[in-house]
Amino acid sequence: MNEIKTVGIAGSGTMGAGIAIVAARAGFRTVVYDTRAEALERARSQTEGFFAKSVERKKLTREQVEAIMAGLVGTTDATALARCDIVIEAVFEDLAVKHELLGRLDSICPPHAIFASNTSTLSIAEIAAGSGREDRCVGMHFCLPAQLMKLVEMSPGIKTSEQTFRAAWEFCKAIGQTPVKTKDSPGFILNYFLVPFNNDAIRLVEAGVAAPADIDRAVKAGLGYPMGPLELLDLVGLDTHLRVAEALYASTHDPRAAVPALVKRMIAAGHLGRKTGQGFYSYTGTAMFGG
Amino acid sequence: MRYQVIRAGESRSFPGSHPLIAGAKDSGEIVVIIGVGADKAFRTFKDRERKIAILIELGTECLGAHTGERRGEEGSNVLGFARFRLGGGEPTNLVELVRQPRSSAAAVEAARKLFEQAGLRVAVCMDFAGRIIDRLVRPYYNAALRRLDEGLASADDLDTTLKLGLGYPEGPIALLERTGLAHHFDVTQALFEAYGEPAYAPARRARVAKQRQKD
Repeated sequence: MNEIKTVGIAGSGTMGAGIAIVAARAGFRTVVYDTRAEALERARSQTEGFFAKSVERKKLTREQVEAIMAGLVGTTDATALARCDIVIEAVFEDLAVKHELLGRLDSICPPHAIFASNTSTLSIAEIAAGSGREDRCVGMHFCLPAQLMKLVEMSPGIKTSEQTFRAAWEFCKAIGQTPVKTKDSPGFILNYFLVPFNNDAIRLVEAGVAAPADIDRAVKAGLGYPMGPLELLDLVGLDTHLRVAEALYASTHDPRAAVPALVKRMIAAGHLGRKTGQGFYSYTGTAMFGG
Repeated sequence: MRYQVIRAGESRSFPGSHPLIAGAKDSGEIVVIIGVGADKAFRTFKDRERKIAILIELGTECLGAHTGERRGEEGSNVLGFARFRLGGGEPTNLVELVRQPRSSAAAVEAARKLFEQAGLRVAVCMDFAGRIIDRLVRPYYNAALRRLDEGLASADDLDTTLKLGLGYPEGPIALLERTGLAHHFDVTQALFEAYGEPAYAPARRARVAKQRQKD
């Protein structure tokens, strides 16, 4: 297995941008690919803001940030991933979208390149089946916000080679993350528990049991969780939550994974969370969490 | 604001000393009734209407069990409350303050202020079984226990993943074993009876712990 030097990130949404920060911060040349120039621009701007905070908080020096940003490039051209040793896809939770992307990248990337999926709900074996390189596909699920959270759930698909899994595992540690091996099971561990929990919190709002602020305050004060479920949903984005929950429900048919009707009404109204300035709470500014 | 605390037996919210108890007077504009005998103490309490708020400590029951309910328009100066506490663990700083549709706004605000002045955090909720936290955590704990049985991961790996991934201070398995699986059985069984939803049905491990407690 070739040494990993260049990292590709496909998708520059919240997760993709966060993973790119992690890889670039660890010193890897990082190429972020997205078909939407405006998404790349927004991710770049948020990343600069994030690193500016890191300098303010004396976690990094200005020179270090300059070096990191010099090694972090964005592109709308998929062929720019041609020299990547690993590509981590963080696109929509849609099997067809992932198959289309990975199938295209299979003809662009070198044969040794590992395809890692940041999927949180889909089967790694099913994603790998459309990649053209099933033995070199692996699940690599980062947690939100990726630039701050250390845990990565790593899952081998049915045909993932030992060599691929080991290389991806070592890469994960090399970028400063903490890998945990999980079965290729719907939602792995985190989303299997988190998505229904968050849906239950939405149902409390829907049923008028309590206001979002009271639910979040209760969870933080009573359970010691760092964020309330509704604050977290606003950070994740309700559109993202909808896709993750629908994918989990399709795999498990667990009633708690079924998306509450309120989510669809909020999405229709443009109340997606922080990204639109309105979710369960109102926001001003688009600064990236942490720094 | 002066307040009175009536202790009617052992209290899960205030089992020992606390600034709220220490600051109480012989009488006051707010009356806090705590303990397993709170219902009887409430029913025999005179001059209810002259108080700004009467606060009854709740177990798994609804406030309506004490006040009665009518046409969805119930509510007065009588509120319910409970400090969230898992099994044999210490009570947390969270007070779930239970109101009804027509509860007095002045009573809610006076109660909130009273608890906050005693160093507690207040979350207001309507009068539903399980209030906020139990409605959220019992299905989660049951799912964790079931997935442990199904071999998704070891207990340590489940706990570690949920701690690192979500920032939870303690994983569900360690937390339940520390605070008592039998108590989890009691609470989730009460919710299962109240709502009839499978997610509240006690997980096998909780049922076993309860059986062993009886033995």
